[in-house]
Amino acid sequence: MQFFDFVGRYFILMSKVFSRPEKRSIYRRRIFFEMEALGLNSVGIAAIISVFMGAVITLQMSINLESPFIPRYLIGYATRESMILEFSSTVVALILAGKVGSNIASEIGTMRITEQIDALEIMGVNSASYLILPKIVATVLFFPFLTILSIVIGTAGGYLIAMFTGVMNPSDYVDGLMYSFKPFSIWYSLIKIAVYAFLITSISGFYGYYAKGNSLEVGRSSTNAVVVSSVLILIFDLILTQLLLIA
Amino acid sequence: MIRTEHLVKSFDGRVVINDISVEFDQGKTNLIIGQSGSGKTVLLKCLVGLHQIDSGEIYYDDVLYTGLDFKAKKQIRRDVGMIFQGGALLDSSTVEENVRLPLDLFTNQTAKEKLDRVNFCLDRVNLDHANKLFPAELSGGMIKRVAIARAIVMNPKYLFCDEPNSGLDPMTSVVIDNLIKEITEEYSMTTIINTHDMNSVMEIGEKILFIHGGRKWWEGTKHDILHADNKELNDFVFASAMAKRAKEVL
Repeated sequence: MQFFDFVGRYFILMSKVFSRPEKRSIYRRRIFFEMEALGLNSVGIAAIISVFMGAVITLQMSINLESPFIPRYLIGYATRESMILEFSSTVVALILAGKVGSNIASEIGTMRITEQIDALEIMGVNSASYLILPKIVATVLFFPFLTILSIVIGTAGGYLIAMFTGVMNPSDYVDGLMYSFKPFSIWYSLIKIAVYAFLITSISGFYGYYAKGNSLEVGRSSTNAVVVSSVLILIFDLILTQLLLIA
Repeated sequence: MIRTEHLVKSFDGRVVINDISVEFDQGKTNLIIGQSGSGKTVLLKCLVGLHQIDSGEIYYDDVLYTGLDFKAKKQIRRDVGMIFQGGALLDSSTVEENVRLPLDLFTNQTAKEKLDRVNFCLDRVNLDHANKLFPAELSGGMIKRVAIARAIVMNPKYLFCDEPNSGLDPMTSVVIDNLIKEITEEYSMTTIINTHDMNSVMEIGEKILFIHGGRKWWEGTKHDILHADNKELNDFVFASAMAKRAKEVL
């Protein structure tokens, strides 16, 4: 019963979020603001995780695929495919669910309990749309750039580890990066991150918007937002992979 | 003028507002007083539409507010200003942006016109040179004054204040009270103030509604309140030893 209540309230909120904005110019300005707050400020964490993950994948492949029957360039190929297909979209999204999701839920939740949302409603502002829509648009537009950045930095991390540790020949790694490249994989990754961005922002916005009580409740909303977003990201990873790569 | 008829509001079966019929006059400071938990804030939030009422009617200048659809209610809300207990300023916006927000969203004024209006309102609450400060950088009294400036920026016909003096020292409280009274008279607004500050009652209580246990218990002016023979009202108004002595002197 609680599940249906959750789903019902979520879709009611989304219908408010996607209703006609009061003034487009204000929303445009807020979208750029949110792109900086939620997107640009996440570049650092995405870059750090990507470079290490690319390096670790390359290192592990090198150790575990040590066989005269397996060409060495396949390590570069496997690193690239891992980054594009799964890591730079799904794993980065899980990281962002923690960073951005908790940020959104606690920000909007605090606004709820300090009556800032009531103040917007009194002014005649559609508070749900004013607060959540710019965040959704900003993340759906910006997170794909983070994915592209993550792919580039992750594969560069693999190259660097090959160069500095000598576990494999860097030119073999580069050959692998260019081997059997399918451009659709990039599209698949970008579609996934756009869907994840929507899930993270809307779910976190939902938990923040319906927070009530005190700071403890805001903390709880923030935790729930991260947990539910993360679970939904994994479920949608499965669904989108089935739809886009297998079906 | 705002009028209610047989207003009832309950939460989870517990009646909080019970059959309240009252009229709040235009151009006057109307006060709602009562003990904590008596239903003052709920009544105020019902009046502005933040709480859905169970039954009864609310009229804004003879327009049945409770019978309006969402769009028409939104239109009336453009004529409403509200000062919240904690100010409810947007934390991520400066003072200027907070006051300017309704102008940005609902008018087609130029940037210069909006800035002039913001500066006029901030000047009106004696808060010039604070435009670029964030709410976290303001004192309690300054936050209340910015909230007043934001509430009047659209020239509202109705002003609601939820405990505007809470957390303020007595001197700042008097300044805020007088400011609200002056603005009410200047713009001929219907002002409804929710308070349990007895100084406010004696300073600006042109019309007072005393709520007890969710019911309308007494109604009158600041002059009537001193001589009222209502036990619950007297227990509330003259609760402190100083107030009791003052009553004996009077």
